[in-house]
Amino acid sequence: MIDLIDIAKRFDGNGAPALDGVSLSVARGEVFGVIGPSGAGKSTLIRLINALERPTSGRVEIEGVDVMGLAPGGLRTLRRRIGMIFQNFGLLSSRTVAQNVAFPLKLAGIGAADRQARVATLLDRVGLTDHAAKYPAQLSGGQKQRVGIARALATGPDILLCDEATSALDPEATRSVLALLRQLNQELGLTIVLITHEMDVVRAVCDRVAVLERGQVVETGTVDAVFANARHPATRRMLAGLDA
Amino acid sequence: MNGWFSNVNWADIAAATGDTLVMLAASLALTIVLGLPLGVLLYVTGKRQIGENRVFHGVLGVVINVLRSVPFIILLIVMIPLTVALVGTSLGVVGAILPLVVGAAPFYARLVEGALREVDRTTIEATQAMGATPLQIVTGTLIPEALPGLISGATVTAVALVSFTAMAGVVGAGGLGDLAIRFGYQRFQTDVMIVTVALLVLLVQAIQFAGDRLAAAFTHR
Repeated sequence: MIDLIDIAKRFDGNGAPALDGVSLSVARGEVFGVIGPSGAGKSTLIRLINALERPTSGRVEIEGVDVMGLAPGGLRTLRRRIGMIFQNFGLLSSRTVAQNVAFPLKLAGIGAADRQARVATLLDRVGLTDHAAKYPAQLSGGQKQRVGIARALATGPDILLCDEATSALDPEATRSVLALLRQLNQELGLTIVLITHEMDVVRAVCDRVAVLERGQVVETGTVDAVFANARHPATRRMLAGLDA
Repeated sequence: MNGWFSNVNWADIAAATGDTLVMLAASLALTIVLGLPLGVLLYVTGKRQIGENRVFHGVLGVVINVLRSVPFIILLIVMIPLTVALVGTSLGVVGAILPLVVGAAPFYARLVEGALREVDRTTIEATQAMGATPLQIVTGTLIPEALPGLISGATVTAVALVSFTAMAGVVGAGGLGDLAIRFGYQRFQTDVMIVTVALLVLLVQAIQFAGDRLAAAFTHR
Protein backbone atom coordinates (compact mmCIF):
# COMPACT_ATOMS: atom_id res chain seq x y z
CA MET A 1 0.00 0.00 0.00
CA ILE A 2 2.91 2.34 0.81
CA ASP A 3 6.10 1.99 -1.20
CA LEU A 4 9.29 3.93 -0.68
CA ILE A 5 11.55 3.28 -3.63
CA ASP A 6 15.28 4.00 -3.42
CA ILE A 7 14.84 7.21 -1.44
CA ALA A 8 17.65 9.64 -0.78
CA LYS A 9 17.18 12.85 1.14
CA ARG A 10 19.78 15.55 1.65
CA PHE A 11 19.25 18.77 3.55
CA ASP A 12 21.15 21.64 1.99
CA GLY A 13 24.44 22.42 3.62
CA ASN A 14 24.63 19.10 5.43
CA GLY A 15 27.33 16.66 4.38
CA ALA A 16 25.81 13.28 5.22
CA PRO A 17 22.40 12.50 3.68
CA ALA A 18 19.49 12.04 6.12
CA LEU A 19 18.32 9.06 4.07
CA ASP A 20 20.45 7.08 1.68
CA GLY A 21 18.95 4.45 -0.63
CA VAL A 22 15.94 3.52 1.50
CA SER A 23 13.36 1.12 0.07
CA LEU A 24 10.40 -0.11 2.10
CA SER A 25 6.99 -1.64 1.46
CA VAL A 26 4.10 -1.46 3.88
CA ALA A 27 1.15 -3.77 3.25
CA ARG A 28 -2.50 -2.78 3.77
CA GLY A 29 -3.71 -3.46 7.31
CA GLU A 30 -0.34 -4.03 8.94
CA VAL A 31 1.37 -2.19 11.76
CA PHE A 32 4.82 -1.35 10.49
CA GLY A 33 7.51 -0.04 12.82
CA VAL A 34 10.67 1.85 11.95
CA ILE A 35 13.15 1.80 14.79
CA GLY A 36 16.49 3.49 15.11
CA PRO A 37 18.57 5.76 17.29
CA SER A 38 17.97 9.49 17.18
CA GLY A 39 19.48 11.05 14.09
CA ALA A 40 18.96 7.88 12.04
CA GLY A 41 16.49 9.61 9.71
CA LYS A 42 13.21 8.24 11.12
CA SER A 43 11.41 11.57 11.27
CA THR A 44 12.39 12.40 7.71
CA LEU A 45 11.29 8.96 6.54
CA ILE A 46 7.78 9.10 8.00
CA ARG A 47 7.27 12.65 6.66
CA LEU A 48 7.94 11.45 3.13
CA ILE A 49 4.75 9.38 3.21
CA ASN A 50 2.44 12.42 3.43
CA ALA A 51 4.90 14.67 1.60
CA LEU A 52 5.71 16.92 4.55
CA GLU A 53 9.24 16.22 3.28
CA ARG A 54 10.23 15.74 -0.35
CA PRO A 55 12.93 13.24 -1.29
CA THR A 56 16.02 14.44 -3.13
CA SER A 57 15.72 11.32 -5.29
CA GLY A 58 13.56 8.20 -5.36
CA ARG A 59 9.79 7.72 -5.34
CA VAL A 60 7.01 7.52 -2.75
CA GLU A 61 3.91 5.64 -3.90
CA ILE A 62 0.59 5.24 -2.13
CA GLU A 63 -1.42 2.50 -3.82
CA GLY A 64 0.76 2.97 -6.88
CA VAL A 65 0.23 6.74 -7.07
CA ASP A 66 3.42 8.80 -7.13
CA VAL A 67 2.99 11.26 -4.26
CA MET A 68 5.49 13.75 -5.68
CA GLY A 69 3.62 13.84 -8.98
CA LEU A 70 0.40 15.11 -7.36
CA ALA A 71 -0.83 18.67 -7.88
CA PRO A 72 -1.43 20.64 -4.64
CA GLY A 73 -5.16 19.81 -4.71
CA GLY A 74 -4.49 16.11 -5.20
CA LEU A 75 -1.95 16.11 -2.40
CA ARG A 76 -4.45 17.71 -0.01
CA THR A 77 -7.02 15.03 -0.89
CA LEU A 78 -4.42 12.34 -0.28
CA ARG A 79 -3.45 13.86 3.07
CA ARG A 80 -7.05 13.54 4.27
CA ARG A 81 -6.64 9.78 3.81
CA ILE A 82 -3.48 9.78 5.93
CA GLY A 83 -3.84 10.67 9.61
CA MET A 84 -0.79 11.67 11.63
CA ILE A 85 0.03 11.91 15.33
CA PHE A 86 3.10 13.50 16.90
CA GLN A 87 5.41 13.17 19.89
CA ASN A 88 4.42 16.67 21.06
CA PHE A 89 0.80 16.12 20.00
CA GLY A 90 0.54 19.27 17.86
CA LEU A 91 -2.83 20.18 19.33
CA LEU A 92 -4.05 23.75 18.92
CA SER A 93 -3.88 25.38 22.34
CA SER A 94 -6.46 27.97 21.26
CA ARG A 95 -9.14 25.32 20.62
CA THR A 96 -11.01 22.98 22.92
CA VAL A 97 -10.74 19.22 22.63
CA ALA A 98 -13.93 19.07 20.53
CA GLN A 99 -12.77 21.96 18.33
CA ASN A 100 -9.40 20.28 17.78
CA VAL A 101 -11.08 17.08 16.61
CA ALA A 102 -13.50 19.08 14.44
CA PHE A 103 -10.69 21.10 12.83
CA PRO A 104 -9.75 18.69 10.01
CA LEU A 105 -13.46 18.29 9.21
CA LYS A 106 -13.85 22.05 9.03
CA LEU A 107 -10.83 22.26 6.71
CA ALA A 108 -12.45 19.62 4.51
CA GLY A 109 -15.60 21.76 4.26
CA ILE A 110 -17.91 19.50 6.26
CA GLY A 111 -20.98 21.23 7.72
CA ALA A 112 -21.40 22.05 11.41
CA ALA A 113 -24.10 19.44 12.14
CA ASP A 114 -22.15 16.59 10.55
CA ARG A 115 -18.99 17.76 12.30
CA GLN A 116 -20.66 17.69 15.68
CA ALA A 117 -21.97 14.17 15.21
CA ARG A 118 -18.63 12.90 13.96
CA VAL A 119 -16.71 14.55 16.81
CA ALA A 120 -19.02 12.93 19.37
CA THR A 121 -18.39 9.49 17.85
CA LEU A 122 -14.63 10.03 17.75
CA LEU A 123 -14.38 11.32 21.33
CA ASP A 124 -16.42 8.34 22.48
CA ARG A 125 -14.06 6.02 20.59
CA VAL A 126 -10.98 7.41 22.41
CA GLY A 127 -12.79 7.70 25.74
CA LEU A 128 -12.72 11.50 26.09
CA THR A 129 -16.39 12.43 25.87
CA ASP A 130 -16.26 14.06 29.31
CA HIS A 131 -13.35 16.29 28.29
CA ALA A 132 -14.84 17.75 25.10
CA ALA A 133 -15.03 21.33 26.40
CA LYS A 134 -11.55 21.39 27.98
CA TYR A 135 -8.47 22.99 26.47
CA PRO A 136 -5.43 20.79 25.76
CA ALA A 137 -3.47 22.51 28.57
CA GLN A 138 -5.94 20.96 31.04
CA LEU A 139 -5.23 17.37 29.93
CA SER A 140 -2.58 14.78 30.80
CA GLY A 141 -0.10 13.62 28.15
CA GLY A 142 -1.99 10.40 27.52
CA GLN A 143 -5.26 12.29 27.11
CA LYS A 144 -3.62 14.75 24.73
CA GLN A 145 -2.40 11.92 22.53
CA ARG A 146 -5.91 10.44 22.52
CA VAL A 147 -7.18 13.79 21.24
CA GLY A 148 -4.42 13.62 18.64
CA ILE A 149 -5.62 10.18 17.58
CA ALA A 150 -9.28 11.25 17.42
CA ARG A 151 -8.26 14.24 15.30
CA ALA A 152 -6.12 12.08 13.02
CA LEU A 153 -9.08 9.73 12.47
CA ALA A 154 -11.60 12.52 11.82
CA THR A 155 -11.48 12.42 8.03
CA GLY A 156 -11.69 8.62 7.99
CA PRO A 157 -8.15 7.84 6.83
CA ASP A 158 -6.93 4.35 5.97
CA ILE A 159 -3.34 5.11 6.96
CA LEU A 160 -2.12 6.44 10.32
CA LEU A 161 1.41 7.80 10.75
CA CYS A 162 2.77 7.86 14.30
CA ASP A 163 5.83 10.05 14.87
CA GLU A 164 7.30 8.94 18.23
CA ALA A 165 3.72 9.04 19.46
CA THR A 166 4.44 7.58 22.90
CA SER A 167 7.91 9.03 23.55
CA ALA A 168 6.59 11.87 25.70
CA LEU A 169 4.29 9.59 27.73
CA ASP A 170 4.73 7.71 30.98
CA PRO A 171 4.72 3.87 30.83
CA GLU A 172 1.06 3.52 31.70
CA ALA A 173 -0.14 6.10 29.18
CA THR A 174 2.18 4.47 26.62
CA ARG A 175 0.54 1.09 27.18
CA SER A 176 -2.97 2.49 26.87
CA VAL A 177 -2.18 4.50 23.71
CA LEU A 178 -0.50 1.47 22.11
CA ALA A 179 -3.51 -0.70 23.02
CA LEU A 180 -5.77 1.87 21.36
CA LEU A 181 -3.63 1.84 18.21
CA ARG A 182 -3.76 -1.96 18.10
CA GLN A 183 -7.53 -1.86 18.52
CA LEU A 184 -7.93 0.69 15.71
CA ASN A 185 -5.76 -1.44 13.48
CA GLN A 186 -7.90 -4.50 14.10
CA GLU A 187 -11.34 -2.90 14.11
CA LEU A 188 -10.92 -0.37 11.31
CA GLY A 189 -8.27 -2.20 9.30
CA LEU A 190 -6.12 0.90 9.66
CA THR A 191 -2.62 0.63 8.20
CA ILE A 192 -0.20 2.07 10.76
CA VAL A 193 3.37 3.24 10.24
CA LEU A 194 5.14 4.21 13.43
CA ILE A 195 8.63 5.40 14.18
CA THR A 196 10.19 4.97 17.58
CA HIS A 197 13.48 4.52 19.35
CA GLU A 198 11.94 2.10 21.84
CA MET A 199 12.06 -1.64 21.28
CA ASP A 200 9.17 -2.05 23.73
CA VAL A 201 6.86 -0.14 21.40
CA VAL A 202 7.78 -2.30 18.43
CA ARG A 203 7.33 -5.47 20.46
CA ALA A 204 3.93 -4.32 21.75
CA VAL A 205 2.19 -3.39 18.51
CA CYS A 206 4.16 -4.00 15.34
CA ASP A 207 3.74 -6.81 12.83
CA ARG A 208 6.89 -5.98 10.93
CA VAL A 209 9.85 -3.74 11.66
CA ALA A 210 12.65 -2.02 9.81
CA VAL A 211 15.84 -1.02 11.58
CA LEU A 212 17.21 2.33 10.42
CA GLU A 213 20.75 3.46 11.06
CA ARG A 214 22.50 6.50 9.61
CA GLY A 215 19.92 6.88 6.87
CA GLN A 216 19.96 3.25 5.77
CA VAL A 217 17.66 0.29 6.41
CA VAL A 218 19.94 -2.35 7.88
CA GLU A 219 17.35 -5.00 8.68
CA THR A 220 13.68 -5.70 7.87
CA GLY A 221 11.35 -8.51 8.83
CA THR A 222 8.63 -9.68 11.15
CA VAL A 223 9.12 -8.50 14.71
CA ASP A 224 9.65 -12.06 15.93
CA ALA A 225 12.27 -12.84 13.31
CA VAL A 226 14.22 -9.62 13.77
CA PHE A 227 14.18 -9.91 17.54
CA ALA A 228 14.97 -13.62 17.68
CA ASN A 229 18.04 -13.49 15.47
CA ALA A 230 19.24 -9.97 15.04
CA ARG A 231 21.97 -9.99 12.43
CA HIS A 232 23.01 -6.36 12.29
CA PRO A 233 25.08 -4.80 15.12
CA ALA A 234 22.67 -1.83 15.27
CA THR A 235 19.76 -4.15 16.04
CA ARG A 236 21.80 -6.02 18.64
CA ARG A 237 22.79 -2.76 20.28
CA MET A 238 19.17 -1.71 20.55
CA LEU A 239 18.16 -5.07 21.97
CA ALA A 240 20.99 -4.88 24.47
CA GLY A 241 19.85 -1.39 25.47
CA LEU A 242 16.41 -2.82 26.15
CA ASP A 243 17.74 -5.49 28.49
CA ALA A 244 20.05 -3.11 30.33
CA MET B 1 0.59 83.72 37.20
CA ASN B 2 -2.51 83.67 39.30
CA GLY B 3 -2.99 80.27 40.88
CA TRP B 4 -2.66 76.75 39.63
CA PHE B 5 -3.92 75.78 36.18
CA SER B 6 -4.53 79.42 35.22
CA ASN B 7 -3.05 78.79 31.78
CA VAL B 8 -5.11 75.70 31.20
CA ASN B 9 -7.88 76.14 28.70
CA TRP B 10 -10.04 73.10 29.38
CA ALA B 11 -11.84 73.37 26.08
CA ASP B 12 -8.48 73.14 24.30
CA ILE B 13 -7.54 70.15 26.45
CA ALA B 14 -10.80 68.42 25.58
CA ALA B 15 -10.34 69.10 21.86
CA ALA B 16 -6.72 67.88 22.00
CA THR B 17 -7.78 64.74 23.83
CA GLY B 18 -10.38 64.09 21.14
CA ASP B 19 -7.80 64.62 18.38
CA THR B 20 -5.35 62.25 20.04
CA LEU B 21 -8.01 59.56 20.46
CA VAL B 22 -9.19 59.87 16.83
CA MET B 23 -5.63 59.73 15.48
CA LEU B 24 -4.83 56.80 17.72
CA ALA B 25 -7.94 54.76 16.91
CA ALA B 26 -7.78 55.34 13.15
CA SER B 27 -4.04 54.81 12.83
CA LEU B 28 -4.03 51.73 15.09
CA ALA B 29 -6.85 50.10 13.10
CA LEU B 30 -5.10 50.77 9.79
CA THR B 31 -1.73 49.72 11.21
CA ILE B 32 -3.17 46.33 12.15
CA VAL B 33 -4.94 45.95 8.80
CA LEU B 34 -1.65 46.63 7.01
CA GLY B 35 0.91 45.26 9.47
CA LEU B 36 -0.74 41.89 10.12
CA PRO B 37 -0.61 40.67 6.50
CA LEU B 38 2.92 42.06 6.14
CA GLY B 39 4.03 40.20 9.27
CA VAL B 40 2.36 37.00 8.05
CA LEU B 41 4.13 37.35 4.69
CA LEU B 42 7.47 37.91 6.44
CA TYR B 43 6.92 34.78 8.50
CA VAL B 44 5.61 32.39 5.84
CA THR B 45 8.28 33.33 3.29
CA GLY B 46 11.06 32.70 5.83
CA LYS B 47 13.46 29.78 5.79
CA ARG B 48 11.80 26.34 6.09
CA GLN B 49 8.32 27.91 6.28
CA ILE B 50 5.21 27.02 4.28
CA GLY B 51 5.78 29.66 1.59
CA GLU B 52 9.58 29.89 1.64
CA ASN B 53 10.72 32.54 -0.85
CA ARG B 54 14.17 33.89 -0.24
CA VAL B 55 13.97 36.86 -2.66
CA PHE B 56 10.54 38.06 -1.53
CA HIS B 57 11.48 37.63 2.13
CA GLY B 58 14.72 39.55 1.65
CA VAL B 59 13.16 42.45 -0.26
CA LEU B 60 10.25 42.81 2.17
CA GLY B 61 12.66 42.70 5.10
CA VAL B 62 14.78 45.51 3.65
CA VAL B 63 11.73 47.69 2.86
CA ILE B 64 10.47 47.26 6.42
CA ASN B 65 13.89 48.02 7.90
CA VAL B 66 14.23 51.17 5.79
CA LEU B 67 10.82 52.45 6.91
CA ARG B 68 11.64 51.61 10.51
CA SER B 69 14.94 53.46 10.43
CA VAL B 70 13.49 56.80 9.25
CA PRO B 71 12.83 59.01 12.30
CA PHE B 72 9.09 59.68 12.53
CA ILE B 73 9.50 63.46 12.41
CA ILE B 74 11.29 63.09 9.04
CA LEU B 75 8.68 60.63 7.80
CA LEU B 76 5.95 63.16 8.56
CA ILE B 77 7.59 65.70 6.27
CA VAL B 78 8.75 63.33 3.54
CA MET B 79 5.24 61.90 3.31
CA ILE B 80 3.53 65.27 2.71
CA PRO B 81 3.23 65.00 -1.12
CA LEU B 82 1.97 61.40 -0.91
CA THR B 83 -0.50 62.30 1.82
CA VAL B 84 -1.86 65.17 -0.28
CA ALA B 85 -2.21 62.86 -3.29
CA LEU B 86 -3.99 60.16 -1.32
CA VAL B 87 -6.23 61.97 1.16
CA GLY B 88 -6.36 65.49 -0.30
CA THR B 89 -4.60 67.26 2.56
CA SER B 90 -1.43 66.91 4.56
CA LEU B 91 -2.82 68.96 7.41
CA GLY B 92 -4.70 68.23 10.59
CA VAL B 93 -5.79 64.94 12.08
CA VAL B 94 -6.62 63.49 8.65
CA GLY B 95 -3.21 64.45 7.27
CA ALA B 96 -1.43 62.80 10.19
CA ILE B 97 -3.07 59.39 9.93
CA LEU B 98 -1.24 58.18 6.82
CA PRO B 99 2.27 58.98 8.12
CA LEU B 100 1.33 57.44 11.47
CA VAL B 101 0.33 54.21 9.72
CA VAL B 102 3.45 54.18 7.52
CA GLY B 103 5.54 54.69 10.64
CA ALA B 104 3.81 52.06 12.77
CA ALA B 105 2.83 49.28 10.31
CA PRO B 106 6.42 48.07 9.67
CA PHE B 107 6.99 48.06 13.43
CA TYR B 108 3.86 46.00 14.00
CA ALA B 109 4.78 43.69 11.10
CA ARG B 110 8.01 42.74 12.92
CA LEU B 111 6.09 42.12 16.15
CA VAL B 112 3.64 39.92 14.20
CA GLU B 113 6.54 37.95 12.71
CA GLY B 114 7.95 37.43 16.20
CA ALA B 115 4.59 36.31 17.60
CA LEU B 116 4.11 33.80 14.76
CA ARG B 117 7.58 32.35 15.39
CA GLU B 118 6.39 31.39 18.86
CA VAL B 119 3.71 29.08 17.42
CA ASP B 120 4.57 25.43 18.06
CA ARG B 121 5.94 24.03 14.79
CA THR B 122 4.17 20.72 15.29
CA THR B 123 0.76 22.42 15.15
CA ILE B 124 1.64 23.83 11.73
CA GLU B 125 2.87 20.44 10.54
CA ALA B 126 -0.26 18.79 11.93
CA THR B 127 -2.44 21.27 10.03
CA GLN B 128 -0.50 20.62 6.82
CA ALA B 129 -0.91 16.89 7.38
CA MET B 130 -4.71 17.41 7.56
CA GLY B 131 -4.66 18.64 3.99
CA ALA B 132 -5.02 22.35 4.76
CA THR B 133 -4.36 24.98 2.10
CA PRO B 134 -1.72 27.60 2.94
CA LEU B 135 -4.49 30.16 3.59
CA GLN B 136 -6.23 27.70 5.93
CA ILE B 137 -2.97 27.21 7.82
CA VAL B 138 -2.64 30.97 8.28
CA THR B 139 -6.24 31.68 9.27
CA GLY B 140 -7.00 28.41 11.08
CA THR B 141 -3.77 27.73 12.95
CA LEU B 142 -1.14 30.47 12.81
CA ILE B 143 -3.28 33.48 13.70
CA PRO B 144 -5.49 31.82 16.37
CA GLU B 145 -2.44 30.19 18.01
CA ALA B 146 -0.49 33.47 18.00
CA LEU B 147 -3.45 35.64 19.04
CA PRO B 148 -2.24 36.55 22.56
CA GLY B 149 1.12 37.60 21.07
CA LEU B 150 -0.59 39.52 18.26
CA ILE B 151 -2.67 41.41 20.83
CA SER B 152 0.39 42.18 22.99
CA GLY B 153 2.15 43.46 19.86
CA ALA B 154 -0.82 45.68 19.03
CA THR B 155 -0.71 47.05 22.58
CA VAL B 156 2.98 47.93 22.27
CA THR B 157 2.26 49.51 18.88
CA ALA B 158 -0.64 51.55 20.29
CA VAL B 159 1.60 52.97 22.99
CA ALA B 160 4.26 53.82 20.39
CA LEU B 161 1.55 55.54 18.34
CA VAL B 162 0.65 57.72 21.34
CA SER B 163 4.15 59.18 21.31
CA PHE B 164 4.13 59.43 17.48
CA THR B 165 0.96 61.54 17.68
CA ALA B 166 2.84 64.04 19.87
CA MET B 167 4.96 64.87 16.82
CA ALA B 168 2.00 65.12 14.51
CA GLY B 169 1.67 68.77 15.61
CA VAL B 170 4.29 69.48 12.92
CA VAL B 171 1.57 69.04 10.32
CA GLY B 172 -0.98 70.83 12.50
CA ALA B 173 -2.70 67.70 13.70
CA GLY B 174 -3.09 68.90 17.26
CA GLY B 175 -3.52 66.43 20.05
CA LEU B 176 -2.23 66.27 23.61
CA GLY B 177 1.43 65.90 22.75
CA ASP B 178 1.26 68.96 20.50
CA LEU B 179 -0.31 70.96 23.32
CA ALA B 180 2.45 69.84 25.69
CA ILE B 181 5.15 70.95 23.26
CA ARG B 182 3.66 74.26 22.13
CA PHE B 183 2.26 75.53 25.44
CA GLY B 184 3.89 73.49 28.15
CA TYR B 185 7.42 73.53 26.75
CA GLN B 186 7.77 76.46 24.35
CA ARG B 187 5.71 78.93 26.43
CA PHE B 188 6.84 77.65 29.81
CA GLN B 189 3.25 76.89 30.90
CA THR B 190 4.13 74.19 33.38
CA ASP B 191 0.51 73.63 34.36
CA VAL B 192 -0.48 72.81 30.76
CA MET B 193 2.49 70.48 30.58
CA ILE B 194 1.41 68.68 33.75
CA VAL B 195 -2.21 68.27 32.65
CA THR B 196 -1.38 67.01 29.15
CA VAL B 197 1.33 64.65 30.30
CA ALA B 198 -0.94 63.31 33.05
CA LEU B 199 -3.63 62.61 30.45
CA LEU B 200 -1.08 60.85 28.22
CA VAL B 201 0.05 58.73 31.16
CA LEU B 202 -3.58 57.80 31.86
CA LEU B 203 -4.10 56.93 28.19
CA VAL B 204 -1.03 54.68 28.08
CA GLN B 205 -2.08 52.98 31.32
CA ALA B 206 -5.55 52.36 29.92
CA ILE B 207 -4.16 50.93 26.66
CA GLN B 208 -1.78 48.60 28.50
CA PHE B 209 -4.46 47.45 30.93
CA ALA B 210 -6.97 46.72 28.15
CA GLY B 211 -4.33 44.98 26.02
CA ASP B 212 -3.19 42.75 28.86
CA ARG B 213 -6.76 41.78 29.74
CA LEU B 214 -7.59 41.00 26.13
CA ALA B 215 -4.44 38.92 25.63
CA ALA B 216 -5.16 36.97 28.82
CA ALA B 217 -8.70 36.24 27.66
CA PHE B 218 -7.33 34.47 24.58
CA THR B 219 -4.59 32.54 26.39
CA HIS B 220 -5.38 28.88 27.07
CA ARG B 221 -1.89 27.57 27.78
